[in-house]
Amino acid sequence: MKARVIVTLKNGVLDPQGKAIEGALAGLGFTGVESARQGRVIDLELADRDPAAAKARLTEMCERLLANTVIEAYAIEVGG
Amino acid sequence: MKSAVVVFPGSNRERDVMRALELASGVRPAAVWHADTELPAGTELVVLPGGFSYGDYLRSGAIAARAPIMAAIRAHAGRGGLVLGICNGFQILTEAGLLPGALMRNAGLKFVCREVRLRIETTATPFTRSFAAGAVIRCPVAHHDGNYFADAETLARLEGEGRVVFRYVEGTNPNGSAHDIAGICDASGRVLGMMPHPENLIEELAGGTDGRPLFDSLAAA
Repeated sequence: MKARVIVTLKNGVLDPQGKAIEGALAGLGFTGVESARQGRVIDLELADRDPAAAKARLTEMCERLLANTVIEAYAIEVGG
Repeated sequence: MKSAVVVFPGSNRERDVMRALELASGVRPAAVWHADTELPAGTELVVLPGGFSYGDYLRSGAIAARAPIMAAIRAHAGRGGLVLGICNGFQILTEAGLLPGALMRNAGLKFVCREVRLRIETTATPFTRSFAAGAVIRCPVAHHDGNYFADAETLARLEGEGRVVFRYVEGTNPNGSAHDIAGICDASGRVLGMMPHPENLIEELAGGTDGRPLFDSLAAA
């Protein structure tokens, strides 16, 4: 079963890399980009067949390793 | 002082800190492999050295913080054992939850390798007793992810409880860290994490001895 974990910075955490991206886009002539924040995607192939069980295990993976919950939030997509 | 320096794949400052400890205490520290599950018997101080453990993959210090040896280090800290995390070691301690907050990408986005000036904010820890209170020392830094972040409540608690141990001064904050924080300790004062490298300024050949009192403090602890 395919799964995707998206890790993003929590609101209120400064993102200098996002700011650098904003500056680079502006430099290329893209106006109206009010903000950019950079995150991370982790794609997984799981042996689980039950989406609910997979989602529960993925939540634990996020809490214990894939996201630093001090500064990051995560979203899980299963199947598809 | 029986000390153990943990070596992860990618650690690179373990020999520097072992030399600093041996010069100050006369006792050569043990090297402990990250995959070991026990510390040497009688270990009083555990050091997590600088470097790029696991290539900083996923997040700096993230994978090292889940290494097999960490359970023994957690237990050691729980018993009041001393733990010193330098640079990557500080990152590992925050990832392991042994210290609050997180170390993020430097605000200037560049890897910074330069000398800063640090104020010793408290001499009430086993790491800083040999410094003069309020002393300002030179110290090298070398890091890409040294930008200390914690929420407002945590920062207020750290300041209020006197747990900020080292602070960048004289405009030398190299990474944008909150409150110019360079190093903090836990509530017991026996677990310290710091981004700068005191182990690299311990003898005149290296350019100065400003870092020496930290290791003298430990040798006397």
